[in-house]
Amino acid sequence: MNIEDLHQIARIEKSKQEGFQHQIHVCVAAGCLSCGSGQLKEALEKEIARRGLDTWCRVKGVGCLGLCTAGPLLSLETAGIFYQGVKVSDVSDILEALGGAPVERLICPVNSAFFRRQVRIVLENCGRIDPERIEEYMAESGYGGLALAVSQMSPTEVIEEVSRSGLRGRGGAGFPTGLKWTSVAKASGLTKFVICNADEGDPGAFMDRSVLESDPHRVIEGMAIAGYATGASQGYIYVRAEYPLAVKRVRLALFQAERMGVLGNNIFNTSFSFNIKVRLGAGAFVCGEETALIASIEGRMGRPRPRPPFPAEFGLWEHPTLINNVETFANVPPLIRKGGRWFAGLGTEKSKGTKVFALAGKIMNTGLIEVPMGTSLRDIVFDIGGGIPRGKEFKAVQTGGPSGGCIPGQFLDMPVDYDSLAKVGSIMGSGGMIVMDESSCMVDVARFFMEFCMSESCGKCAPCRVGTRQIYDILCRITGNLSGPDDLAMLEDLCDLMKSTSLCGLGQSAPNPVLTTLRYFRDDYLSHIHDKRCLAGACKAAREVA
Amino acid sequence: MKIHPRKNVRSDLNPSRLLTFRIDERVVSAHEDESILSVARQNGISIPTLCHLDGLSERGACRLCIVEVKGVARLLPSCVTFPRQDMEIITASERVVSYRKKILELLFTERNHVCAVCVSNGHCELQNLAVELGISHVRYPYLYPRLAVDASHSRFSVDHNRCVLCLRCVRVCDEIEGAHTWDIMGRGITSRVITDLNQPWGSSETCTGCGKCVQVCPTGALSEKGKSVAEMIKRRQFLPYLQMMRGRQDESWPK
Repeated sequence: MNIEDLHQIARIEKSKQEGFQHQIHVCVAAGCLSCGSGQLKEALEKEIARRGLDTWCRVKGVGCLGLCTAGPLLSLETAGIFYQGVKVSDVSDILEALGGAPVERLICPVNSAFFRRQVRIVLENCGRIDPERIEEYMAESGYGGLALAVSQMSPTEVIEEVSRSGLRGRGGAGFPTGLKWTSVAKASGLTKFVICNADEGDPGAFMDRSVLESDPHRVIEGMAIAGYATGASQGYIYVRAEYPLAVKRVRLALFQAERMGVLGNNIFNTSFSFNIKVRLGAGAFVCGEETALIASIEGRMGRPRPRPPFPAEFGLWEHPTLINNVETFANVPPLIRKGGRWFAGLGTEKSKGTKVFALAGKIMNTGLIEVPMGTSLRDIVFDIGGGIPRGKEFKAVQTGGPSGGCIPGQFLDMPVDYDSLAKVGSIMGSGGMIVMDESSCMVDVARFFMEFCMSESCGKCAPCRVGTRQIYDILCRITGNLSGPDDLAMLEDLCDLMKSTSLCGLGQSAPNPVLTTLRYFRDDYLSHIHDKRCLAGACKAAREVA
Repeated sequence: MKIHPRKNVRSDLNPSRLLTFRIDERVVSAHEDESILSVARQNGISIPTLCHLDGLSERGACRLCIVEVKGVARLLPSCVTFPRQDMEIITASERVVSYRKKILELLFTERNHVCAVCVSNGHCELQNLAVELGISHVRYPYLYPRLAVDASHSRFSVDHNRCVLCLRCVRVCDEIEGAHTWDIMGRGITSRVITDLNQPWGSSETCTGCGKCVQVCPTGALSEKGKSVAEMIKRRQFLPYLQMMRGRQDESWPK
């Protein structure tokens, strides 16, 4: 494979696609598949073959179209028509309407804020290409970034470009990606590794899954570029086994990439070689922590170890290792193709580019969105997200999963970037956003997240192992209206202890949901403690049980 | 696993460096590959520890040895933190001591530590730490888990009610004896040390019956049979001895 071959494949694929007058895109990501898009696609194919339309009309399975709440989704890209909630019985109507007026009852407004306000970099191919065909990715200038990097740039130049872009890690903490790459590149040793962390475990988050299901080649290309920049020749994708479809598509993508020669030895006729293996997680949240993830890949128990030494110096099998999140790697190919300056032009001063969020909870438009950094929470929740269903009042939005916090209404106009979120006690996290309305009791929410942390704590360090259990017990007492007068003070005390003394990020950030709810929704706690009453009326069941 | 990679070969190009820094206002000197904990102890400064034991690999898990370092916001575990030139370390600030107490109290609530009926009463590291830190009562509610005692081994018994999950037994069995009979199962609050694949200790085919695990256990969780209350005194002399002899062997071994 050389660059001419790449362009040739892209040209052939494009002209092939242009041969079809109509391309019906059916979303076959996990969300729509679960509401029957698989059968829908089959029915469409059969009906097209029966009517003999297959010379000018084609059905294509694509990745996530975004608006998961209205699935199964279907899009006619050339006509710019979007259908939602399509059933197998609608197939003949859709085919009859091809080229004419669209089927009114199925139409999903594409000019709504949900589509209009998004800026897609990571998701640019999601819903447009077939994730199971490498040629389609190549037709969208896929692997062009890798070709450019290995043939025209030195590893240092690649890192400089990444540094210039201001890209920060999308896994949660927001560590500057360029700096991490530099550390690994400078670490001594001939053997180095690149790991993609796809162990997405936050409740309510599905960004990484959607990216891997919809555009796996983008992540593979990003990893290969990272391998070239840091001097690694072996990569690992650590993906949780609970994502069978993502695993299947990644494996298929790796097979295709190797067959095409964009992975393997002497990539694009240079001396650069890179291979990727898939490793499956066995269902431990803590394995998203980098040192625990490394232990898990090595075949040991998934438990973190104290840092330093950091993986950049002492990682997988004691070799320097670069670990980035799925979305971070997915940002790399367009960044290399279009340049770091272009990327730095998006977002805010300290948080560049865009961020993918998974909107979930009490919100109209549940789904996957990508917006520039610095978009306000109000825009995300009310404009893009469509607001709260059934006319209920907004109460809080939870970002960052069990490590993040609950942000109240008073901060709705805050720009969403790493630093603003940290200032109000939450974190960006991997990008899960759970919206809560007035019927949610914040003590109960905190209890839910603490229960999650308690059952996911690895048990290595004492503050996290026992602390999560003690905090959980207190929260159960409060929601069950059985709390004593000292419980609130003890709660704050334990949260502070865990934050300051726990070994890894899980324990240090586990108190965040409790601390932010204590800070912004203290009335919920006080009402439970003093009046033995749940302000939101959500904890009735708890009292009966207790 | 090695905690920190260090080159054994020393030459003019990568000389091992000596550093001077401060611990509790005292100027001390150390090799760059000595932990803060070991330097402090050499200088007679005591830092409480539970999972650390000279001669075993470091784990950094009990969090009792945390110290404050000037200019660093986070508290660092001294057993796995290495000194830097001119570092200023405070081992017993008010903040650190109060955290240590709380962690210890949490450990007391986790299992059923009843000193009055324990074979290790009076010779227990957990008890000694509580005395040293001046803990007179525990402010958190006890969890009172129901845990089993395994007395199936002919000479030893394990009482999970007294285990603090320091994993010294696991490490000594793996690193010193080489049997790896002990390991840990479960996660979080439900973690337990186990023999073989959670089989009764007495039926273990890998256990050599050396008793090293019993001797390194800080509490009465692992004990010799036939000992009554307060009679179990641990003998750990073998560890520094083995460490010294094996260290010599490593040095004289051609590489």
